[in-house]
Amino acid sequence: MILYLVRRLGSLLVLLVVMTAVVYGIFYAIPADPAILVCGKGCDGAQLAVVHHKLGLDQPITAQYWHFLEGLVVGRDYSSGPDVTHCAAPCLGYSFQTDLPVLSLIAQRLPVSLSLTAGALVLWTVTGVSLGLVSALREKRLTDRLITVFVLGGLGTPVFVSGLLLLMVFCGWLQWLDFPVYVPLTEDPAGWARNLILPWLTLTILQSAIFTRLTRTGMLETLSEDHIRTFRAYGLPERRVIGRHALRGALTPLISINAVEFGVVLVNAMLTETLFGLPGIGQLIVQSSNNVDLPVVAGLTLTAGLAVVLANTAADLLYATVDRRVVLA
Amino acid sequence: MTGNGADGNTVLSVRDLTVEFSSGGGVLRAVDGVSFDLAAGGALGVVGESGSGKSTTALALLGLHRHTDARVTGRILLGAEITDGTGGVDVNALDDEGVRRLRGRRIAMIFQDPLSALDPYYRIGDQIAEVYRTHSGAGRRAAWARAVEVLDRVGIPDAARRARARPHEFSGGMRQRALIAMALACEPEILVADEPTSALDVTVQAQILDLLDELRADTGMALLLVTHDLGVVSRSADEVLVMHRGRAVEQGPVREVLRAPARPYTRALLDAVPRLDAPRAARREPGDPLLTVTDLTREFRRPGRGLRRETTRAVDGVSLDVRRGETLGVVGESGSGKTTLVRMMVGLLAPTSGRISFEDRDVTGLPEKRLRSIRGDLQMVFQDPTSSLNPRRTVGDGIADPLRVRGVPAGEARQTARELMERVGLDPARHDRYPHEFSGGQRQRVGIARALSLRPKLLVCDEPVSALDVSTQAQILELLRDVQEDYGLTIVFVSHDLAVIRQVSDRVAVMRGGALVELADVDELYASPRHEYTRALLTAVPVLA
Amino acid sequence: MTELVTEVGGPGAPASGPPARARQVLRRLRSDRPAMAGLVVTVVLILAAVFAPLLAAIEGQDTTTFHIQLLDSARGGVPRGALGGVSADHWLGVEPTTGRDLFARALYGARISFTVAFGTLVVQLLLGVAIGLAAGFGGRVADAALGRLIDLAISFPQLMFAIALLAIVPQSFPRPVLLMLVIGLFNWGGTARLTRGQVLSLKTRDYVAAARLSGASPARIALREILPGALPQVLTYAAILLPTNMVSEAGLSFLGVGVHPPTSSWGQMLSTATTWFRADPMYVLVPGLSLLTAVLAFTLFADGLRAALDPKASPRGRR
Repeated sequence: MILYLVRRLGSLLVLLVVMTAVVYGIFYAIPADPAILVCGKGCDGAQLAVVHHKLGLDQPITAQYWHFLEGLVVGRDYSSGPDVTHCAAPCLGYSFQTDLPVLSLIAQRLPVSLSLTAGALVLWTVTGVSLGLVSALREKRLTDRLITVFVLGGLGTPVFVSGLLLLMVFCGWLQWLDFPVYVPLTEDPAGWARNLILPWLTLTILQSAIFTRLTRTGMLETLSEDHIRTFRAYGLPERRVIGRHALRGALTPLISINAVEFGVVLVNAMLTETLFGLPGIGQLIVQSSNNVDLPVVAGLTLTAGLAVVLANTAADLLYATVDRRVVLA
Repeated sequence: MTGNGADGNTVLSVRDLTVEFSSGGGVLRAVDGVSFDLAAGGALGVVGESGSGKSTTALALLGLHRHTDARVTGRILLGAEITDGTGGVDVNALDDEGVRRLRGRRIAMIFQDPLSALDPYYRIGDQIAEVYRTHSGAGRRAAWARAVEVLDRVGIPDAARRARARPHEFSGGMRQRALIAMALACEPEILVADEPTSALDVTVQAQILDLLDELRADTGMALLLVTHDLGVVSRSADEVLVMHRGRAVEQGPVREVLRAPARPYTRALLDAVPRLDAPRAARREPGDPLLTVTDLTREFRRPGRGLRRETTRAVDGVSLDVRRGETLGVVGESGSGKTTLVRMMVGLLAPTSGRISFEDRDVTGLPEKRLRSIRGDLQMVFQDPTSSLNPRRTVGDGIADPLRVRGVPAGEARQTARELMERVGLDPARHDRYPHEFSGGQRQRVGIARALSLRPKLLVCDEPVSALDVSTQAQILELLRDVQEDYGLTIVFVSHDLAVIRQVSDRVAVMRGGALVELADVDELYASPRHEYTRALLTAVPVLA
Repeated sequence: MTELVTEVGGPGAPASGPPARARQVLRRLRSDRPAMAGLVVTVVLILAAVFAPLLAAIEGQDTTTFHIQLLDSARGGVPRGALGGVSADHWLGVEPTTGRDLFARALYGARISFTVAFGTLVVQLLLGVAIGLAAGFGGRVADAALGRLIDLAISFPQLMFAIALLAIVPQSFPRPVLLMLVIGLFNWGGTARLTRGQVLSLKTRDYVAAARLSGASPARIALREILPGALPQVLTYAAILLPTNMVSEAGLSFLGVGVHPPTSSWGQMLSTATTWFRADPMYVLVPGLSLLTAVLAFTLFADGLRAALDPKASPRGRR
């Protein structure tokens, strides 16, 4: 257990270093110059040099990367002219574009992305698992076939298509809802939820299709296992055989699948944010990539990597508590 | 030993039981008009080879074919009322709820693989208590107490504590005990045991069979024992029912049927069973050592990648000779290291330490390239005829491949392959067929032909007949004996089956926990085993009465 | 001794030998109606994409000509007429603000979508199979290292990197090729994991041991004994990757980092359609439904193929 955590932590560190190095490598390899974007079109050579120096772009890429790592661990100082600003660890630097600290940029947008994914997570888990169960227990009957059609439709529809269709129907045609605008939960809980209905639904359609499918196959597989036959042979009522023994076997693997799917969810959340114009992490990634805003992209990569590893670790730990046969190593 | 026998009351009466599976367009009749009676406290052995319908019959007794493709007809009467004239319950005529109430309470079942038969997620005590509560309506506390009680009854040491364990924390034999405990919980009249010991080692099998005998004597519970092993039937049943292709071929008291079978099928089946007391061919006089292993050890890393290297010793300091022209039997239970040992002999596994010499040449840990020069001399026949042939190559190609690898021209290799097929009793015209078109026994013949193609000096056979039915097994053993004569082979024969080993070997090596326990001439070893473990093994084997 | 029992293959013996097995797979596939429907639609769509110039010529339109006269400037450039300007000249109507022909643009969008999906697949297979084989054959150390790499590649949100990369590569680099490289580069984990698993499992078969005993070289064993067994599984999986790749391409174009105007792509059309869903629903429906149909058809076919190859999904079902 402790050994497992140590190993996980170790591989996390390696992973984060590799990922950020890749980001720096990519940005170095391409000829785009962020200074031109910052400085504007009418910049002359001298002005450009000043901007270069200010952004630290006049240093070799290895030095830039080293400062980035240094900032992460012990913090670093930025001097713009006479003033020196200290950026405490973990320091992700300042945006080339807006001069704002990257950490606070991310912190600002995190609630939006969390609202979107957490809400949708609840929705898709509940719908996916229940539809999957119904589908498995009614195998090859009409209900099962209808659910299978939903699954195929859901899997085949990218979020930006289903989202647009939802917008067309509920915003354009029926006019039940306005185009979503993000309202913080702390300010207006009702407005927060109302505005997130469509984004939640968008993510839920795709993800619940995935979950329905997994639950269905998991359930069918478990139902064909020997121990299910044992309990039937010992006269346990069917609802107990299914509710207690089959369900546990079918649902346990979903824990790790949620973690493996985490990357997919991040990407789909990003697309959903862009579609609905929600000011979340996804939007930030697209913007800063287009602006060659190196510190923001590096910071976001780091955060996403951290999130993925944490999600996987949490899933492993949870799995090991639920299924005692699993030995963490 | 057999049970006390019946007290005259019939608790189960099956008449004209037929089970049909509709598959594709046709109908497969797995059980065809089988009738039998089971007396209270009696033990009926249902015996047959694979596909005989014995397990299908067992499942039908509990109505376990309901809601599947199977169609069950006939009468399955249950209960002491059959004899007193008031009738009994017809399992086949009851509704689902009625059958459910019978299951576990009046008729219980145990299965072949006790690991998969229990729910991996729950404590064993809870699973037993759940069954007990379902039928008795007892409270949680009482049900748990009952679970501990029955676990203790089936010989689980420290039952109160072990009841909290999950199935994977139990050994194979303990799991089967736990399943028997579950069956005992509601004191059923009948216990149906479907190959209860087939997945277990012979010593553990003996313990489980003892337990079943004892429970039957104590509780008066009737036993229906489904097995492929005539020895097990002979040991634990009073009556026997021989099944073949869905039909009951012969039935009667065990002793009579086994001593004087009335039907040719039964007789042939009995003849095919290797016996510990059958006369055997005279022992060959072994020549000089062909292959010598000295202090051979092999370690494996444990699964799970820890920081420390944790290893287990699969083979631990084994030294022995294989002598020219002999058959050396290697016998042991699962995990004894016998397969690892012989795989090192033929160079499929490198030893961790120790020495192997072949024809006085040290061949230990030779690199693959140098090893090639002796590869042809050392060949192997494998256990699983499904996995030992490449499903994507024709059997002709499979047999000819070793020749082609050595640069024999394609035409000549093909010709040799056909001759070899003929030699092992296969139709050479089928050389361009694929393995799945052959039966298990035929595939094993292909495997032997392939091993012979390079005219080896040493042939290692790793459980070559374990996956086969007893009649096929006898034919393969006969083939091996024939080719040994023809080709002047030296054979190392690995098996868990002491009777088979006795039948084929000149000398026998007994292994346990990776170590060589005893090595002796076959007659000496079976007549007067010196090591205590060998004695234990020999007494555990169920003998045909 | 007489043959007591006619030995039969038995239900446990999988029917697996090339010609017979291939026939069996084909038979199963043919009896799977959704899969066959998927196949038909897939073929029609691919043909339409291949003959896009011809079909556009039959309609008499191209992808770039503006038709300002068809737009209602008072309503901000929405096409005049019903259904976004559907007419005999413009079978699916025209684009808002520009009046370009939607039928032609959707057809050419299919071209981009399929080209990128197939091209990406090639990149994925090359990378995935190579890494999977290296892990499977490479011994314990290589396997441990590559195994971790594969895990990482699977769980990581690769599209993030893809966006960053696509955003900064100069415009002069051919966009479709770049998309293939980038999507392929960040999404090969599944192929690699499957290949590795297959190799590791096949390696333990006894017939591989038998081949070693006969003195066959490692290369011969890999080529003759292991790869033929692993490839069908890998190729089936590849079929499932196609629709995924189409969605990835559309997604990247939707985010504005895919192909550049004036080249048309479904994702890009959908991205502009975001602002028009009220005024001109047709502009959402044309690319949206095109993408949906294509993805569904590919998925149905790929699923059917997988089911036909899966020995567990036997027509007899569970016993």
